[in-house]
Amino acid sequence: MAHRYKDFRPQLLPAGPRITLLLAVAAVALLAPLTIYPLFLVKVLCFMLFAAALNLVLGFAGLLSLGHAAFFGAAAYAFAQSAKVWGWPFEVSLLFGVLVGGALGLVFGLIAIRRQGIYFTMITLALAQMIYFLAVQAPFTGGEDGIQNVPRGSLLGLIDLRDTTTLYYVSLVIVIACLLLIRRVVHSPFGHILGAIRENETRVTSLGLDVSRYKLLAFTLSAALSGLAGALKASAFQLATLADVSWHISGEVVLMVLIGGIGTLWGPLIGAIFVVMIGHFLATSGLPVSLVVGAVFMACVMLFRRGFYGETLEYLRNRLLRDLPARAKPGP
Amino acid sequence: MTEFFGVPLAVLTGQMMIGLINGSFYALLSLGLAIIFGLLNVINFAHGAFYMLGAFVSWWLLNHAGIGYWPSLALTPLIVGLLGAVFERTMLRRLYGLDHLFSLLLTFGLALALEGLFRWIYGAGGKSYPVPASLTGVYNLGFMVLPVYRAWVILASLVTCLLAWVVIEKTPLGARLRAATENPYLVTAFGINVPLMLTLTYAAGVGLAGLAGAMAAPIYQVSPNMGSSLIIIVFAVVVIGGMGSIMGSIVTGLMLGVLEALTKVFFPTASAITVFIVMILVLLLRPAGLFGKDR
Repeated sequence: MAHRYKDFRPQLLPAGPRITLLLAVAAVALLAPLTIYPLFLVKVLCFMLFAAALNLVLGFAGLLSLGHAAFFGAAAYAFAQSAKVWGWPFEVSLLFGVLVGGALGLVFGLIAIRRQGIYFTMITLALAQMIYFLAVQAPFTGGEDGIQNVPRGSLLGLIDLRDTTTLYYVSLVIVIACLLLIRRVVHSPFGHILGAIRENETRVTSLGLDVSRYKLLAFTLSAALSGLAGALKASAFQLATLADVSWHISGEVVLMVLIGGIGTLWGPLIGAIFVVMIGHFLATSGLPVSLVVGAVFMACVMLFRRGFYGETLEYLRNRLLRDLPARAKPGP
Repeated sequence: MTEFFGVPLAVLTGQMMIGLINGSFYALLSLGLAIIFGLLNVINFAHGAFYMLGAFVSWWLLNHAGIGYWPSLALTPLIVGLLGAVFERTMLRRLYGLDHLFSLLLTFGLALALEGLFRWIYGAGGKSYPVPASLTGVYNLGFMVLPVYRAWVILASLVTCLLAWVVIEKTPLGARLRAATENPYLVTAFGINVPLMLTLTYAAGVGLAGLAGAMAAPIYQVSPNMGSSLIIIVFAVVVIGGMGSIMGSIVTGLMLGVLEALTKVFFPTASAITVFIVMILVLLLRPAGLFGKDR
């Protein structure tokens, strides 16, 4: 990159509280397995990555995909098949999952980008449903049972991943690396062009940029990262099933992004924690998840469209604007 | 027995019949979607849920209120339309000025919530709805056996679709509707109550879905997930046909139903994905859709 665009927006919080918050988050992430069931934490991590990957296209390029479960689920199958049947090592299977997710994303993108707006959304949904039907029929996916007892193996032959706490720390490193990558992409010239496409596609075309290529690249990257999330989840639960490919998962991950804050870096992470927790608490209550998820969806759209994180940012921004005149005045 | 490309004629015509029935439902649902999208600029994700609701309402009317098929054929669309109107007035209306995204997500949430609610109350299993006594039996056409009820469904949905087309294209009410689609501000200036028209349009659109549900109840099992599995295919149908023309939605719906049935006869494994394959082909060859004008 020739030069990096600087973010000129004012910092909403002073450096002190920001660093304190960041350290607190880091401490929670490192110490969480001491008190919380590690498998649950790995699930949260996977969905954080999945939601952040979706947000890359939904929040930063303005493309609503309702088909991301296809990448997530197909990569889960790819991981399970390669690790269990072909006996590939953990990291190679993971990479295979990323490749399958990315390749599928490229194909989806090439087809769906031919239409805009709601048509784009409907096409992604329909394509993902096609993948679902293929997964129902394909012999290797095991139909309703899925692929079970997938071995986790070890990382580079050194770190044994059968211990879920170890798997958690490995996943934590992988997910943080991906989140930093997303952050880098969003702040890069490429990310700024995506933002411009979201705001005014015609204008970007008139500037001589190939809009379709940018969308396709973002979509493929998002699909590949979703694939990584799906492969990680398959390794943690040692299972790949039809549920991972179903349109309900596509809906849930959109809800994570929406409820956390569309187009923010932290929002999808908060949304993922919230939605996975809802699922966890409902598992024992007998209330169907889709009823609650649907109701939360509606409440979120009607009441706080910016999401938890987005609304907090908005509050801080308003406070800053209110305080600016007072700060500008010279002290006595 | 007569054969056609190695397939017995009776099997072929039987599958064609199923295809025409599925196609009639695709047509009814995509018609409702197109009407709503045309005026409200909202893609109604909850359309499948309203179809499911229609089937459950007529099932409930029969089993808990003792109201039979014929009255419920009139009552169900009214009840479903009324519920749709309430939803439009209280929630959907507030999102008109915002990004499309939010109305889509709201109706998506409604679809999820309704499906979950009915699964909670009635379980995931299907309920059966008996074919009304006046429509039982079969016609023997010589080359095939045609159940009376299925013939009725195809006829009734075709008539409904044509009626909707006539109302929209040929009556003063339809003219106002089309005018409001083009320019709502100007139509408001002529003293027409556009917000009321939006509510009624939404109610009519989901009422059609409710009617489809009531007609589908004796054919398919009445179950909570009957809507979501159908609506995704209908979305593909809408992408293929484009939402520009009413006639286009009807023709595309029927055509794809038949095509799906033919695939079932000749390549059984591919039948579930036929519509999606056609969608991909259409997108590659004619991105705006068969009858669409891109917008």
